[in-house]
Amino acid sequence: MTTAPIADRSTSVAARATELSKIYGQGETQVVALDRVSIDFRQAELTAIMGPSGSGKSTLMHCVAGLDTFSSGSVRIGETELGSLKDKQLTKLRRDKIGFIFQAFNLLPTLTALENITLPMDIAGRKPDKQWLDSVIRMVGLSGRLGHRPSQLSGGQQQRVAVARALASRPEIIFGDEPTGNLDSRSGAEVLGFLRNSVREMGQTVVMVTHDPVAAAYADRVVFLADGRIVDEVYGPTADSVLDRMKRFDAKGRTS
Amino acid sequence: MFRTALRNVFAHKARLLMTVLAVMLGVAFVSGTLVFADTLSNAFRNQSAKSYDDVAVAVTSYAGSDTSEKEYGLSGKTLDRLSAVDGVTGVYGRVEGFAGVADPDGKLIGVGWSNKGSNFAPGKDGKDAAYTFTDGSGPVQDGQIALDEDTAAKGEYEVGDRVRVATNGPVKEYTLSGVFTTEDGAVNAGGSLVLFDTAVAQKQYLRPGYFESATVTAAPGADDARILAAVEPLLPDGAEARTGKALADEQADQIEQGLGNLKQVLLGFAGIALFVGIFLISNTFTMLVAQRTKEIALMRAVGASRRQITRSVLAEAALVGLVASAVGFALGVGLAVALRSGMAAFDMKMPAGPLVLSATPVVAAFAVGVLITVFAAWLPGRRAAKIPPVAAMNSIHAVATTKSLVVRNSIGAAVTALGAAGIVAGASAGGDDGRMYIGAGAFFALIGVIVLIPLLSRPVIALVRPLLVGPFGVAGKLAGQNAVRNPRRTGATASALAIGLTLVTGLSVLGVTVGTAIDKMTTDNIRADYMVTMANGGDLDGSALTALEKADGVSAVSPQQDAYFRVDGDFVSASAVTPGDIEKVLAVDVVSGDAGSLAQGRIAVAEKTAESRGWKPGDSVSVTFDDDQRATLTVGAVYKDSEFLSPVLVDRKVMDRHEAKPSIRQIFVKVDGGQSAANEKALVDALGDNPAITVMDRQDIRDEFGGAINTLLNVMYGLLAMALIIAVLGVVNTLAMSVFERQQEIGMLRAIGLDRRRVKRMVRLEAVVISVFGAVVGIVLGTFLGWAIGETVATEIPGYALVLPWDRIGIFVVLAGLVGVLAAMWPARNAARLNMLNAIKAE
Repeated sequence: MTTAPIADRSTSVAARATELSKIYGQGETQVVALDRVSIDFRQAELTAIMGPSGSGKSTLMHCVAGLDTFSSGSVRIGETELGSLKDKQLTKLRRDKIGFIFQAFNLLPTLTALENITLPMDIAGRKPDKQWLDSVIRMVGLSGRLGHRPSQLSGGQQQRVAVARALASRPEIIFGDEPTGNLDSRSGAEVLGFLRNSVREMGQTVVMVTHDPVAAAYADRVVFLADGRIVDEVYGPTADSVLDRMKRFDAKGRTS
Repeated sequence: MFRTALRNVFAHKARLLMTVLAVMLGVAFVSGTLVFADTLSNAFRNQSAKSYDDVAVAVTSYAGSDTSEKEYGLSGKTLDRLSAVDGVTGVYGRVEGFAGVADPDGKLIGVGWSNKGSNFAPGKDGKDAAYTFTDGSGPVQDGQIALDEDTAAKGEYEVGDRVRVATNGPVKEYTLSGVFTTEDGAVNAGGSLVLFDTAVAQKQYLRPGYFESATVTAAPGADDARILAAVEPLLPDGAEARTGKALADEQADQIEQGLGNLKQVLLGFAGIALFVGIFLISNTFTMLVAQRTKEIALMRAVGASRRQITRSVLAEAALVGLVASAVGFALGVGLAVALRSGMAAFDMKMPAGPLVLSATPVVAAFAVGVLITVFAAWLPGRRAAKIPPVAAMNSIHAVATTKSLVVRNSIGAAVTALGAAGIVAGASAGGDDGRMYIGAGAFFALIGVIVLIPLLSRPVIALVRPLLVGPFGVAGKLAGQNAVRNPRRTGATASALAIGLTLVTGLSVLGVTVGTAIDKMTTDNIRADYMVTMANGGDLDGSALTALEKADGVSAVSPQQDAYFRVDGDFVSASAVTPGDIEKVLAVDVVSGDAGSLAQGRIAVAEKTAESRGWKPGDSVSVTFDDDQRATLTVGAVYKDSEFLSPVLVDRKVMDRHEAKPSIRQIFVKVDGGQSAANEKALVDALGDNPAITVMDRQDIRDEFGGAINTLLNVMYGLLAMALIIAVLGVVNTLAMSVFERQQEIGMLRAIGLDRRRVKRMVRLEAVVISVFGAVVGIVLGTFLGWAIGETVATEIPGYALVLPWDRIGIFVVLAGLVGVLAAMWPARNAARLNMLNAIKAE
């Protein structure tokens, strides 16, 4: 399906954060959400970000994805430096280079499944690549339901629409914010399967925030955050290895 | 439960804002009207009381049917006898008539109907109690006049200046002997008053030595009733005496009645505004209830009864109504004050007086405000009570009810059909009965359409969707879909606009249609280049006719002069005209006979009159003139009925022999070379540059006959503006709700790349779609109504044909679109500024 040799792409970086800090408030009430985080997200890799609640994992993702501003440091998506971008350019960047999958599906109830999938391209005023679109839809198994509205779909199906939406525009990188958080384990496993397939077969880059060790086990690499810093990294994780690592946070505090 | 209601009000301050505004505006309209009317009525009452303050008894002579013209009036002798009555300190005889004052440029000061002339009637002390001179003194000889202060100021005249004044005769120049103030009601209302020497006034308004009325003053403390009793036996036939107080009361009552009518009209429009407000209020409470579903379910779960839930919603509404009414009342008082000073600024002088705040407006304001709000919240309140306790356990936020609209639609369709049937029946029945059917039909049709609007919204908006997607892309597509997401809410919002637009369009269709018909009638029937009339609508002097006949370049002149004669005992409405010329200035469509025979003293008769009387050309008609002389006239011609011709025409030479003073309403003039500035000036000059005489060209004539309709339309538009403002608030309200409810979606759209500009555009387009939808529904219904009412008057207006004012309708649609853009400004800004992350996480 993909033509680019994976080995070649995996060496290049899809997104990079350097010395990234995010500080809320001032003086006494100051909260450091991210403390000089530096991390690379390599192409054609599925990265999971984990950490206890309040560790800054979501903030990290939001900053790298251009959804939130940061206090200092730099973020690059491909060759683009985010720090210097105005809202308008950021919006365009998100539209053209980034795909999103949210926890609460976030589909437009007025649009059909197909219209939801092509929405980012509609916004950009681009015609979707028919072949690619078909293959994405086939992969997530939605062929029979394209005319349905979200209210006529199950949660798992809705999230599959969201996955297809993220993939359809062939973004440089896809960010998922607890993409399986609202799903039962079977549907969750399906969605994670699709994400992993997109990485393996299509060379897609995916970054997801999760608190579920089972979900993290689908990743090529798991990054652990605590108190706004990266504290550990695991390659080729299994659910057990992730859980073990998480338990060590428990010694310090509660997990989310 | 009341505490819950109170807390809810405070918790939702911002979302209740539009509701408060709507109720406030409606209440302000109501209380402003009432306070304004009260204040004005009080001021007028004081004014009348004051102007009759010094008057013990007033005597008026009436020209009744049994008193011939010669006996009409009070002689100097009668007045002398009145002054001899015990306790009388003065008797002032009055004659009144029209007197127009020219400003230094020769233009009339003030509007024609308020230009009055009277006599200066000095008592033994040389003063006239009715007038207080601020400069100079009263006119005591021919050639002198006095002017009221305002008129003198407008003309920049000072004592000793020469002033040109026109009464019914030719214009004359007088020397200004003095400037005065007076309590006279007409002057206080902005009219002009010229005082002449008594002999001059008698000569020009009545006849030498006679007065039309007299005021009798008495020593302080004298008993008016006793003087009245003593005066009455001294009066000639046809004269009546009343005490000053009785007259003051009567005048005040008349004014009150006039104000009462004004009050009713204004309250009617306030009612429309409030009715429109109901939709907005209802929408707001529906949303508040929907948002509180879980909370309400929880209360039900812990034991609150349905009734308590409904009551808490209603209590909340009452509270909102109360606050809005209080603010609205204050605003209304301000409105009343502003209205009064506004009228003064437009030269509509109103008597001064204190602001009157009686209990009625206060009670009305609060009753109206609270009741409307509670009424509008009633349905949402009932819906709240139906929320099952189990809803508290559901984690998913309740989505807008997509409950079937089948029942609603069936009822709506039935009511609409009933209304439409009534309207059509009324249109075919015609007349007053027909209009009544139409009124009832319109009511039902409007209600029906309001019920049906949610159903209509989908197909109608689907129709315009391509227009949205084409130029506006994805923002347009989403806007089109968002607009029909909550059909009930869209419907209620559009209804508010539809009601206003129905009325505006109905009035426009009717007004433009009738206006066009009248205009066509005017242009078809009037062949003259100019029409000459008195500025006050009174009679022209015979000298004006003579002057026009002699003027250079005039090719045809004919008056329409009221001619009084009786046939078989009843008066016939006839006009004396100039034979030979009348056909040149007005269309006379002769059916049989020859109009030229008018010159031989024959009469011409309109077709319908000829039919009902059985007259044919050649028939003889025995008539009795006003001076009781009899004659036999021959019918010379029969012509088609026309709005501009009396049923009977006769040579004015025939009438002049029998009438002391011709009553000339209009003179039509045709000039060589047609209408031109030079020709018009020649006519004005021929008339002695008389400020009291109006020379109208063809355009002026058309405005004269059709202009009132335009003025009326503009006033109606102005009054309906309040309802439209509230409808706009409704659109703002709905959009604010939509944006609030769709935060998460908007956040997602922003995340996946919809920029702020397009988020704004999406909200704006939704507003435009809803507004234009409401407008279109209103325009269709209004056009239908305008057509129906037009049908009932069609028979009364010859040449009636329905005219659809496409230009105006186009403007209404564009304005509705602008209203949408305007209404969306604030919600769109909010939507664009939404914090993406919070929005996505929300829920």
